[in-house]
Amino acid sequence: MGPGTINTDILTALPEVLLAAGAMGLLLLGAFRPGNVVSTVNWGAAVLLAIAGLAVLTGTTGNVTAFSGAFIVDDFARLLKILALAGTVGALVLSVRFMQIEKIVRFEYSVLLVLAALGMMMMISANDLISLYMGLELQSLALYVVAAIDRNSTRASEAGLKYFVLGALSSGMLLYGCSLIYGFTGSTNFETIARALEGQGMQLGVLFGIVFLLAGLAFKVSAVPFHMWTPDVYEGAPTPVTAFFASAPKIAAMAMFVRVMYGAFPGMSEQWQQIVVFVAIASMGLGAFAAIGQTNIKRLMAYSSIGHMGFALVGLAAGTVGGVRGVIVYLMIYLAMTIGTFACIVSMRRRDGMVEDITDLAGLGRSRPMMALTMAILMFSLAGIPPLAGFFAKFYVFLAAIEAGLYPLAVLGVLASVVGCYYYLRIIKIMYFDEAGAEFEPMARELKLVLGVTAVFVVGFFAYPGPFVAAAGTAAAALF
Amino acid sequence: MNGMPILSVVTFLPLVGALFIFAIRGDDEISIRNARWVALWTPGITFILSLAIWWSFDNTTAEFQFVEQASWLGGAINYKMGVDGISMLFVILTTFLLPGCIIASWYSITTRVKEFMIAFLVLETLMIGVFSALDLVLFYLFFEGGLIPMFLIIGIWGGKRRVYASFKFFLFTLLGSLLMLLAIMAMYGQAGTTDIPTLLAHDFPAGMQTWLWLAFFASFAVKVPMWPVHTWLPDAHVEAPTSGSVVLAAILLKLGGYGFLRFSLPMFPLATEMFIPFVFALSVIAIIYTSLVALMQDDMKKLIAYSSVAHMGFVTLGLFTLSAQGVQGGIFQMLSHGLVSAALFLCVGVVYDRMHTREIAAYGGLVHRMPVYAFVFMVFTLANVGLPGTSGFIGEFLALVGAFGANTWAALLATIGVILSAGYALWLYRRVIFGPLEKEGLKSIKDMSVNEMVVLLPLVALVILFGVYPGPILDVTAVSVDNLLANYKSAVASVENATILAAR
Repeated sequence: MGPGTINTDILTALPEVLLAAGAMGLLLLGAFRPGNVVSTVNWGAAVLLAIAGLAVLTGTTGNVTAFSGAFIVDDFARLLKILALAGTVGALVLSVRFMQIEKIVRFEYSVLLVLAALGMMMMISANDLISLYMGLELQSLALYVVAAIDRNSTRASEAGLKYFVLGALSSGMLLYGCSLIYGFTGSTNFETIARALEGQGMQLGVLFGIVFLLAGLAFKVSAVPFHMWTPDVYEGAPTPVTAFFASAPKIAAMAMFVRVMYGAFPGMSEQWQQIVVFVAIASMGLGAFAAIGQTNIKRLMAYSSIGHMGFALVGLAAGTVGGVRGVIVYLMIYLAMTIGTFACIVSMRRRDGMVEDITDLAGLGRSRPMMALTMAILMFSLAGIPPLAGFFAKFYVFLAAIEAGLYPLAVLGVLASVVGCYYYLRIIKIMYFDEAGAEFEPMARELKLVLGVTAVFVVGFFAYPGPFVAAAGTAAAALF
Repeated sequence: MNGMPILSVVTFLPLVGALFIFAIRGDDEISIRNARWVALWTPGITFILSLAIWWSFDNTTAEFQFVEQASWLGGAINYKMGVDGISMLFVILTTFLLPGCIIASWYSITTRVKEFMIAFLVLETLMIGVFSALDLVLFYLFFEGGLIPMFLIIGIWGGKRRVYASFKFFLFTLLGSLLMLLAIMAMYGQAGTTDIPTLLAHDFPAGMQTWLWLAFFASFAVKVPMWPVHTWLPDAHVEAPTSGSVVLAAILLKLGGYGFLRFSLPMFPLATEMFIPFVFALSVIAIIYTSLVALMQDDMKKLIAYSSVAHMGFVTLGLFTLSAQGVQGGIFQMLSHGLVSAALFLCVGVVYDRMHTREIAAYGGLVHRMPVYAFVFMVFTLANVGLPGTSGFIGEFLALVGAFGANTWAALLATIGVILSAGYALWLYRRVIFGPLEKEGLKSIKDMSVNEMVVLLPLVALVILFGVYPGPILDVTAVSVDNLLANYKSAVASVENATILAAR
């Protein structure tokens, strides 16, 4: 928390500064340049995100704080930022063609994605309750608008409104929690809070604050019991937007979750761990059971993502370096699987428009063998079957849980994953065992690319997991 | 040993073949032909290479041989392969049966041929991997990975109720193996490694052993399958295509028995000692109950499936006697059952391909039209019954001898099962092969084709060879089994001594 000059502060936050300036530049470009600038802005956004990624990788090393300790960059932040940026780029790639065909041609869309990415990076780097809230709101506001970007669609507008109202509620709870914590510890800085709580044991007021804070965070990662918005918003929003919701913001929220808990409240870990254990079990269970009855694939993916966040929280509940490593590995693999799966869902298009029913996938194994194959691989991976990547995701979090002695949590998690397996298998069954329906339109080239990259990652992870796991390990170590 | 990492080559060669088939474009006759030939050559070469393992295998040591190691998941979880006397023959069994399966599905699989062959080759890689993995996590990876291709094989190329059967198969097995996964993690937490040779020497606390044993049992009992978790097997067998049934019966079921032998017995000796009566009870129930059920079946495949459950009952009975004869008998019975059940399913496949029904009542009098088939089927029926001179006899006899030493009642009841097995097997044979040739459709049925003979005659030869001269197999397993039992006895004895001392 050295008193850095404004210059070093800005250099530390260079990727964020670049994104902010770039987003505003793109906005100006879109507003003032005559003619159709959508594709220019799209490209600009992609380049901007790539540059930000580069800046994250090369800008800083080690553990640096800035802005009087409100902003922190460490190995954890760098890795998670790269993941969030990758998720954003992935979602952007999925959107381009879709938006053209659906005639939702607005340059604001990609600018909003960039702003959301900026919010996420702030969340990941937040080391203070104020900066945390700032990042969170920047991201959320961008997401509210993006959810309703297709303003001619009542479904999308409803999704946007619902998301906004419930999101505002959760922000309120989070803020209330923050104020309680500030009141009882006298600071908003994570390290100062941690020091104030050191050796104090449990404090009831702070505990109340943590509960409210957790409620807000659980809403953002769509964990039970704050998951209700997820299926509706996922279903209502345009599909690439859903892909975005399911990927990058989840990563940022989970990263923030982890950092708050370990940064500010390591002294009260016994208390918050109980809550996280409950939330994890409830999310895994609900994700598994509620998805069985779904007929809409986007709703199904919503419940699937609730379940997956539950699994990731298992690693957090373990409360060890290994657990955090598990969470990070989980997020990496979850990102790849989600983006890949949504690349398939975005391609579920017939001549007369998008289809979203699971039964529309019938006979895909014959009509589009490659798409069906990759989708099947992704489904097996989501189900956590070895040797695919999804297995390793679950492996590391459960390993941490077992090492921490959380046997009931691990057993319940395993049972939930067997139940969850059923609906992933059902999709494979529909694609391969059922008779063919009408064919889909050919897949766009960039979607094929996304699908190919994610599928190769998912299949090949087992052969060479070393670097990913090692990176997650160093990132996790930075928090302790 | 030698420079080439032979186990890895044997394991992953089929995968390479699968990639080749994957690269074949187009759906025309020629590309399908190519796919079939690649699918035949790869397991063929794999088999020949795997014979080199048997050739240079050292019978005189219980150590793991052909060991390879490379860093993998970081920490103490490594890629480690190796075989000993217990696992080596299962590798050979797998590589031996796979080319036969490909030939058997040469003409009977006509839809999505490429995908079928890919699934089969991937399955082969995973199965060889299970038997040669020397790291628990790696073992688990192969063990459970096998679910994917098998699920697809049953679900895509199966019979009418294939969807139900494939889901049941998948979810049953998955539930069991996930509990094992948790146990594996707990072992890693306790011992700090998942290296199998190290874990074999590790002493787990007695209380923990019980839980670990139960978790592993959940997985292996489903695989074996033991009564009462066998119900997935008849469904899966009946619905799977012929070659799928063959692999299922001959190899996948052996994973359970192999698992008991590799993990449960040597790693958790105290728990094993405690659970012996439990396993005996389940085995005896399996032998008698499923034999009775088999007597009542109308479907040939279902009958053989129930008979598989009964025969695997002898395996678990033999293994848990923890005597040299019993364990050797259990292993021998597994290998023999691998050959015999594979052959029986192939025999059903032969008539099914002609008549497209597995109803026993739809056949009768086949001996008049199909003398060669009648002969082949007879050999395997008798081997299934356990007639002296066939491999089935050696395994059952040794297992029963071991059982007599351990628990006379269990042996007595199991022997009743032998009688029952003669009942259902011979009755099946009579109904299908003998009797007057009355059914209209059967009057023009043709005897076995060259393809079918190429697959079945080597099996006939082996079943009789190992029945008369079991030496090559028993020699390979002897030292490893003795070593296993010696370690087991010393582990149990040391605890008993400790309790006696404590009691004083």
